[in-house]
Amino acid sequence: MTARLEEHFQATETFVRPTAEALVRCEGLEKWYGSVHALAEVDFHAEPGEIVGLVGDNGAGKSTLIKILSGAHPADGGRIFFEGREVRLDSPKAAMGLGIETIYQYTAMVPAMSIARNMFIGREPLTRFTIGGIGLMDRRTMVEHATRSLTNIDLTERSPDTTVEELSGGQRQAVAIARAMYFKSKLLILDEPTNHLSVKETNKVLDYVASLKEQGIGSIFISHNLHHIFPISDRIVAMARGRKIADIKKSDTTIDDLTDLIV
Amino acid sequence: MQSILKTLLSRPEISALVMLVVVVAGFSFMAPQFASYGNTRVLLFSLPELGIVVLGVGILMIVGEFDLSVGSVFALVPMLMVIAMGRWGVPPIVAMLMGFALALAVGYINGWITLTFNIPSFVTTLGMLFMARSLATVLSGGFPPPFPANLSTDLFVADLGLFRSSMLWFAGFALILGIVLHFSNLGNWIFATGGQSQAAADMGIDTRKVKLFCFMLCSFLAGFAGMITTLRLRSALPALGEGLELQAIAAAVIGGAALTGGIGSLVGMLVGTTLIRVIDNGLVMARIDANWFRFAIGALTIVAVILNTWVRARARRMK
Repeated sequence: MTARLEEHFQATETFVRPTAEALVRCEGLEKWYGSVHALAEVDFHAEPGEIVGLVGDNGAGKSTLIKILSGAHPADGGRIFFEGREVRLDSPKAAMGLGIETIYQYTAMVPAMSIARNMFIGREPLTRFTIGGIGLMDRRTMVEHATRSLTNIDLTERSPDTTVEELSGGQRQAVAIARAMYFKSKLLILDEPTNHLSVKETNKVLDYVASLKEQGIGSIFISHNLHHIFPISDRIVAMARGRKIADIKKSDTTIDDLTDLIV
Repeated sequence: MQSILKTLLSRPEISALVMLVVVVAGFSFMAPQFASYGNTRVLLFSLPELGIVVLGVGILMIVGEFDLSVGSVFALVPMLMVIAMGRWGVPPIVAMLMGFALALAVGYINGWITLTFNIPSFVTTLGMLFMARSLATVLSGGFPPPFPANLSTDLFVADLGLFRSSMLWFAGFALILGIVLHFSNLGNWIFATGGQSQAAADMGIDTRKVKLFCFMLCSFLAGFAGMITTLRLRSALPALGEGLELQAIAAAVIGGAALTGGIGSLVGMLVGTTLIRVIDNGLVMARIDANWFRFAIGALTIVAVILNTWVRARARRMK
């Protein structure tokens, strides 16, 4: 078993290197959960307009990596650069402030709340009546932008006052992506966004992600399904046991080689 | 038409509102005196003291937490105020501030313990129910403290004809909290935190702070309401507000607040409070044995939750 894995390890020197324009660049990330070494010396980067497919088995460290990038958990070691500047991602707010938006498999939506309210959770547009950051929400702006976003994702038959619990899984994912787009995300992290979706809905989500590329938005697409990732990715990063074991341009590999590598 | 009906059915307070209309109509029919000016006055006199507590309990339920200690805080806070004035000779305004500071501290402790040790607030506040009640009794030393004889209580309990000035405080709190809950960004955070706390945190909301705020608000309002009752009675009683926590939770639940958090409305809290007070009063007016009061509230709570669940499911199925 070990021998087989070794055989497929990509030589570290041949990993794809970041360019000077890299949108995000991490060096030597470390993360411990108790005695578990969840991330060990992980270098990672994403270029503007690039879709990076992040693959690996359960417990490989891919969720840990994206939790660090989305500001949910701090890294224990290593450095992170965003657009060339070193940054601290110590909260989701800090990450979102830089333009890093995360789409979670559970969509990070509040089911009992309306689409309009969900789009602006934590970032509500306010009217003039504001004291110390607390104030009246600008409902008109919220509904207006929610309506426009729903048009962008072809959900025109839904009113922005519809509660999210009435939407299908794919529709929720679409609204989550629309929310990220509205806040002018530069780097979009998609954590297993196609889980629990029908084939048709999955294709729709994949289409959205592919279309973001044209807008110069970098994406990190996490999935354990290579068949979802491979067609739309520009580059594949594979992880195993907390380490990066491959970082390879799609044109230099095949889906079969990758399957061998991570399984 | 469909969509108007759907919007209406989606409101959390709708079934409580229907029940209130039915109950009021029923009592008016059974007891002609029920709808009289005199009885409306009696009803409105007692409404604010429960209502203010319900506002805090209801908002805390929306954020996904419980407070069983409100009844004890209802006694403890005014106990401290009256002792400070009557025994220690502290000026009334300072005594009030001391009481409110104590209320906020109790709320903070409830929240801090619940959130830091990640235990159910049901447990934390059940413990606080006993501790705060015990403190109130210990503080009093077994005798009600002397109530300052010349203290004017008009600001809070003056008889204004149809209602007492406490009604104005209740209306003020309800108005401000209604705006905060339904129209402010803080309200959006409260609903998001209660509805799906992981989502709220992932979207950058400090859910811990939001919950702490709600715990403190709840205790403050319970203490404030207790102060009003104490000023009305002109006596601080260690046993004040026993069982109040359950009435307050029942009112919030009847008004459509979900025990799971994330659902509720200010109108619902008002309707729930009114419904409880109306039943309390209506039973007497209709010459029904007043011991049926708790039975009625219990039955009503169960019926309200069943209705709410059913109506919400219906509304969701509608296009």
